[in-house]
Amino acid sequence: MIFSMSMSFDWIPSPLTSVSSPHSSKLAGRLWLEANLPLSTEETADLIEKGLLTRVPALESNWWGRRCRRCGNTTERLIVPWPCGCGQTCHYCRSCIEMGRISSCTSFLLWTGADPDWHQHVDACAWTGQLTPFQQQGADRIVDTVENQGRLLVWAVCGAGKTEMLFPGLERALALGRRICLATPRSDVVRELKPRLQQAFPHVDIAALYGGSDDVDDGAQFIIATTHQLLKYARAFDMMIIDEVDAFPYHSDPKLHFAAARSLKRHASLIYLTATPRFSLKASSYLKKLPTVFVPERYHGHPLPVPRFLAAFDTKASFPKNQLPKTFNDWLHQKKNEKRRVIVFVPTIKMAETLAAILDGAVYVHSEDAERKEKVQQFRDKEISLLITTTILERGVTFPSIDVAVIDAGHLVFDEAALVQIAGRAGRSAADPYGDVVFFHSGKSSAMVRAREAIQDMNRRARKEKR
Amino acid sequence: MHCLWCDEEQVPEVVWTTVLAPRKEKVVCEACASQFSVLQGSQCPRCARPMEKAEICSDCIRWQEQSAALKRNVSVYEYNNWMKDVIAKWKYRGDYVLVGLFKDQIVSSFTHAFPSKEAFLVPIPLSEERLAERGFNQALAIAECLDLPIEQALSRINSEKQSKKTRADRMRSTNPFQVILPIKQPVILVDDIYTTGRTLQFAAEALVREGCPRVEAFTLVRG
Ligand SMILES: [Zn+2]
Ligand SMILES: [Zn+2]
Ligand SMILES: [Zn+2]
Repeated sequence: MIFSMSMSFDWIPSPLTSVSSPHSSKLAGRLWLEANLPLSTEETADLIEKGLLTRVPALESNWWGRRCRRCGNTTERLIVPWPCGCGQTCHYCRSCIEMGRISSCTSFLLWTGADPDWHQHVDACAWTGQLTPFQQQGADRIVDTVENQGRLLVWAVCGAGKTEMLFPGLERALALGRRICLATPRSDVVRELKPRLQQAFPHVDIAALYGGSDDVDDGAQFIIATTHQLLKYARAFDMMIIDEVDAFPYHSDPKLHFAAARSLKRHASLIYLTATPRFSLKASSYLKKLPTVFVPERYHGHPLPVPRFLAAFDTKASFPKNQLPKTFNDWLHQKKNEKRRVIVFVPTIKMAETLAAILDGAVYVHSEDAERKEKVQQFRDKEISLLITTTILERGVTFPSIDVAVIDAGHLVFDEAALVQIAGRAGRSAADPYGDVVFFHSGKSSAMVRAREAIQDMNRRARKEKR
Repeated sequence: MHCLWCDEEQVPEVVWTTVLAPRKEKVVCEACASQFSVLQGSQCPRCARPMEKAEICSDCIRWQEQSAALKRNVSVYEYNNWMKDVIAKWKYRGDYVLVGLFKDQIVSSFTHAFPSKEAFLVPIPLSEERLAERGFNQALAIAECLDLPIEQALSRINSEKQSKKTRADRMRSTNPFQVILPIKQPVILVDDIYTTGRTLQFAAEALVREGCPRVEAFTLVRG
């Protein structure tokens, strides 16, 4: 959350008139380019004339340089001069050009009519399940945060049942007539959450937005979206939940932080959800700058599997000889005898290939694999009992009853967050809550040690608070 | 220096030769540069289509029966998936500066194919709507990489105006171009993609009709 210059959104105009229009819920809270407005030219002109839409330059020019108001980019080499169609030498932002080019002469149109009146839903939540005491604790804090429009970090272990924990807070926000956004870096999470939330809130207008989605936002009160979609919003939401706030690409992309901050209304509640907060969130939490609630226990009440470290110093030497590291080979045989299903994480695509070849054509997946979905489904359907993967499966996917191995766990790609997430794949089902997690290594890294400590710490916290 | 396409920072390798004679900084990183496929090997001498033997292809034979206005086309790159993405971002998303990805190769392919400097470059024009949409004409951007005089000698006949004509008029004038500045010297038409050659043939016909003695074409990509 570091910015070269302060994030200031003073340029977003407040309502200029108390006049409303049937368009307000559709148009408010967005950065519109004229070409994308869902209005006829005459309608647009009319709304501008009445002060319901206001033009604002899309690129700002400061003494220290230029900034794109859509993506927050201030990097000089990415805001470049060109012979613009307007006849001048303008600058344009290369950083967010996929969403349409923004030039110095481009304006956004922003809604400056009366704020839309969002519906106040009575008893919106249809879910009838029961929260665990830990989930209830988290849920209560979320409700508080909605009411006092504050900020909250929900630090919940993998498998805590985050979604259900949100329901009371969402219901409260809907009762207060708030507009809500649940944002996440990953589009598969958006797709997965939409049906679950629609089922829990059957009478609420929910739109699921991601690159290539069928839904469009024509004024839905509740948006589920990838963090990328926030580049289109300004002062739109009363409540924002950022799920998996530490995941790629959100955590490393200042554009998305800028967009998320801009998408919030001046008074709004902001809730971060994660099992593995990164340094800046952790620091704010420890320094008590960010109120935090821990959910240290899984929904089924059993502790997290603690990873074992097994030395495999022969890793580098054995692969070229078409052999498996000895300790890993033994482990794999044991799993085979016990008829356990396993996921093996490897640091590189190349190693995934090598390992698959040694294991007689075992199935492997990676980020550039076009058949990724099919292969994961094969594993889910128990057609195969072993799946080799790079870190792409570290999050999101849940298989009920598996054991987990990490090869070369000391490799740089396995940072603390990745290792905690990977360990979190095991023991997910109430019927089989234990799982074996092994980090095979040729020299343990500090990330491995920190990951194990973080897991043990959560288990300790759960034990202590239960007493 | 950051790669113009992927924005990765390139750390130049310092060896003693680069200390003595500093190399020109590369615009594109090596990984990205290796994805571009410059046309080479045997091709049709008229349209640059890749062929097993260097002979006139069937399309060109057919074209010649109808019109021989365009003498030949020279293209720089092969059309692959990579090029498709690059062109999409440059032309349709409007990332103007991406022309820098091609500039050096455009210059060297052009000077190799057209050693004489006795010609005018005529970029294929966009319709007014397209130009307003994109903010620039990609054909003109290519022409501007080269060291020859540019004449915007053509314009697109407005399709509305065309529809007001009588049916007989329309039949006669399927050619979408009109010459707004006749050129009595050799012309090299410039465009981004050569696909069927129709566009360039029409442009060539229009110029020849107005007295141009010779028309060739230079295109960035052979589709
Ligand atoms: Zn931008
Ligand atoms: Zn301009
Ligand atoms: Zn590159």
